[in-house]
Amino acid sequence: MSDLDQFRQTVNAWLEENCPPSQRIPITREEQVWAGKNKTFPSSDAKLWFERMRDKGWTVPEWPIELGGGGLDEQHAKILKEEMKRLGCRTPLFDLGIWMLGPAVLEYGTDEQRQQHIPKIARGEVRWCQGYSEPGAGSDLASLQTRAEDKGDHFLVNGTKIWTTNADKADWIFCLVRTDPDAKKQEGISFLLIDMDDAGVSTTPIELISGESEFCQTFFDNVKVPKANLIGELNKGWSVAKSLLKHERKLMAEIGGDTPGPSFSPIQAAIEYIGLDQSGRLKDIGIRDELVRHEMAFRAIGLTHFRSFEERMNGVADNNVPLIMKYVGTEESKRKEEVLMAILGHRALGWYDDEFNVDELLTNRGWLFSKALSIAGGTSEVQLNIIAKRVLGLPD
Amino acid sequence: MTLVLNEEQRLLKDTAKDFLNSAMPVSALRQLRDKKDSLGYSREHWQQMVELGWASMVLPEAYDGLDFGYMGLGAVIEESGRTLAASPLFSTVVLCSTIIVEGGNEEQKSILLPRIAAGDLNMALALEESPHHQPSGFTTTAIADGDDFIIQGEKLFVLDGHSAEQLIVATQLETGVGLFIVDANSTGISRRRHHMIDSRNVATISFDQVRVKASALIANAKRGQDILNTAMDYGRVCIAAEMLGGAIECFERTVAYLKERDQFGVKIGSFQALQHRAAKMFIELELSKSVVLDALSAIDDKRADLPQLASLAKARLNDVFELVTNEAVQMHGGIGVTDELEIGFFLKRSRSATQILGNSGFHRDRYASLCGY
Repeated sequence: MSDLDQFRQTVNAWLEENCPPSQRIPITREEQVWAGKNKTFPSSDAKLWFERMRDKGWTVPEWPIELGGGGLDEQHAKILKEEMKRLGCRTPLFDLGIWMLGPAVLEYGTDEQRQQHIPKIARGEVRWCQGYSEPGAGSDLASLQTRAEDKGDHFLVNGTKIWTTNADKADWIFCLVRTDPDAKKQEGISFLLIDMDDAGVSTTPIELISGESEFCQTFFDNVKVPKANLIGELNKGWSVAKSLLKHERKLMAEIGGDTPGPSFSPIQAAIEYIGLDQSGRLKDIGIRDELVRHEMAFRAIGLTHFRSFEERMNGVADNNVPLIMKYVGTEESKRKEEVLMAILGHRALGWYDDEFNVDELLTNRGWLFSKALSIAGGTSEVQLNIIAKRVLGLPD
Repeated sequence: MTLVLNEEQRLLKDTAKDFLNSAMPVSALRQLRDKKDSLGYSREHWQQMVELGWASMVLPEAYDGLDFGYMGLGAVIEESGRTLAASPLFSTVVLCSTIIVEGGNEEQKSILLPRIAAGDLNMALALEESPHHQPSGFTTTAIADGDDFIIQGEKLFVLDGHSAEQLIVATQLETGVGLFIVDANSTGISRRRHHMIDSRNVATISFDQVRVKASALIANAKRGQDILNTAMDYGRVCIAAEMLGGAIECFERTVAYLKERDQFGVKIGSFQALQHRAAKMFIELELSKSVVLDALSAIDDKRADLPQLASLAKARLNDVFELVTNEAVQMHGGIGVTDELEIGFFLKRSRSATQILGNSGFHRDRYASLCGY
C-alpha cells in the first residue's frame, strides 16, 4: 500500500472515531464556529470536535507543526479534505486568519511575528477581519487614503475602511495603509496589523440588499500602532496584499458554490416546482435549457479545478488556470441563483412570512448575496483585465 | 481518471504537431479545395499518418493495433484540428472500427481491423437521413429475404462517403437497429459526392434494393443501437477534440493579431472592449480543455458516464468553436472576411463540425435527460 493510501486509512479511522455524529450533518450558518477571544459554541459536540481537530493541528493542516498546524503537504492535506467531505465532517473552525492572513504571515512575517500570531490563529483564539477597501478606493484599491504616520516608536493611523466583514466581532484587523503619501500609488503602501481594542478604533454595520449586515465600516481616529505590527517591509505592503488576494480569490471561487441558500439543488427544485412531462423532461423547456446550460458549465468548472490540481501534482502546473477561477466560479454562481429564482417562480419572492418555507426564503437571500461575489475580492472586470494583460500579454 | 497527459502522450502530441505543421498546414487543405481534388484528401499524407501509427493507435493489439488509448489519439486529433488536416481518420478509425471492435464477430474483426490498422481499408458510417443529427429511428430498412437482407433507403451527410471502400449502414430491422458492413460498390448503391463549405469530403448514398449476406450484419436488433451509441459517443468526443484544436489555433492567431495591428496610433489589443472578449475566450478554452480530456479518459476507462461527457464535450465545443471563429473574424476586421486569410477556413469548419453527430441543442437535451430532467 502506498504512503498516501496508508494515510487515507489512518485519517478515515481517526475521523470515524473522533468526529461526533452531530458534526457530520450539513452545517448551517448559525452552527459555524468562528475564531475569537470570546468564542461561543452552538453545542458541546461542536466544542469537542473543534478541540480535537485543534489538538491534531488540523484546523490548519498545511501549516508547520511547531506553529500549531498539521504539517501536511498539499497531497496529504487533500486526502484529509476528501475524507472529511466523504464523511460529511463539518469545518471545525472559521476565520479569515486561517484563509488569508495566516498564509501571508507565514510567507512575509518575521519569526517573532509568526510566533505571535500563527499559533493563535491555529487554535482559534483570535478572530481576524480585513481592511482593504475604502469608500473612495474599490477596484482602484491602490488609491487608498488611510494614513499611518511614522511617530518614532509607533505609527499613528487615521482614516476609514469599508466592507470590513464582521469587524464588529473581530479581535484584530489586517490593513493596507499609506505610509508614504509622496510615492507613486502602489509604492507608498504598507501592510499593518491593528488590535481592534486599541483606542480610536470603531465600527458601524452596513445593511445589504439581502437584509444582512455582516459588513461594516471601520474608523481609525489617531490610533497608535506599534512598529512591530508591520508585516513585510515598509512601503512594500502591496506585494503582501497581492499574495493575500490570491488566497481570497481562491476562497471566493470555492465558496461560490457554497453561498447561503436553500437545501435543495437546482435540479431537485426544478422537479418539485415545475415537474416532468411524460418524456421525463421538465415541463418548462425554457427553464430546462437555462438549467442544463448552468449544470454543464458547472461541471466544466469542476473538471478544470481538478485538472489544475492534477497538473500541480504532476509538476506541469499551468499558473494561468487559477487566475480564471475567481471570474468563472463567481459568475457561474450568480447564474445558478438566477436559475433557481426562475425555477421557484413567485414562490421565490417572499421576504418574510409563515406562508413561505425556509428554502423559499433562503433562495432569494442566496440570490441577493451572490451579487457581491463578482464584486468582492476583485470585480469580474478587474479579473478580465488581469487575464488580458498578464496571461494573454495584451498591451496597456 | 486523469486530466493530464503522460510523458508518452505528450511526446506523441509534439510529434503530431511537427508533422502536421510541416506536411499538412492549412494551405494543404486550400490546395485540395482549389484543385477540386477528386479524393478530398491526400493519399500520400494519409499513408504518412498511418506510418506514424495513427490508424492503429486505438485498435486492440490482437488485430495489429497499438492499444494506446483515446487520450493519445485525442491529442493527435486535437493537433489535426489546428491545421484542419483532411484525412479518413475520423470516419474509418473512430466511427467504423469502434463498431467492429465493439460489435463484430471474430471473423469480421480479424479480416477488417488489421487492414484498417495498415491503412489499406477506408470505411464510412452511413447514418444520417435528415437535415439534423438523428441517432435512432431510421427509415432505411433491412428486410430479411432468405439468408440475405435487402437494404432500401437513402443516407445523407456521410463523412468520407464517396471515397470509402466499405460502408457501415445503420438500418431499421423489424425490431431494432441493424448495422451492416456493405461493399461501397455493391449493386444498387449510388454515391454522390458533395462539395461542402469546409472543403471536406461528404456524400449522399442511396441504397436501392441492395442485397447483403446475413454475415454482413455486425450487430443485430438486440445490440445494434447500443453499439451505434458507443461509436457515436467516441465520435462526439473525438470531433470535440478536433474542434478544440481548431478553436485554440484560431484564438492564438487572433491574439497575435491584436498585438500587431495598429489603429488610432496604438495596438488594438490595448482596447478594453477587445481585451475582455479575448479574456472570456481564453476562459472558455481552458474549461473546454478539461472537458475534452475528461471525456477522452472516460472512453479509455470505459466509464458509465461517457454519454454525459460526450454530450458535455460536443455541446461545449460547438458553442466555443462558434464563438472563437466569429470573434476571430470580427477582431481581424476587413481582412477577416477575405479568402486570403486562413481564419475563414476555421469559421467554415466550425459550422460543419457542429453538424457532425449533434448540434448543441441536441446535446443539451440529451444531457438533461441523462441527468433525470
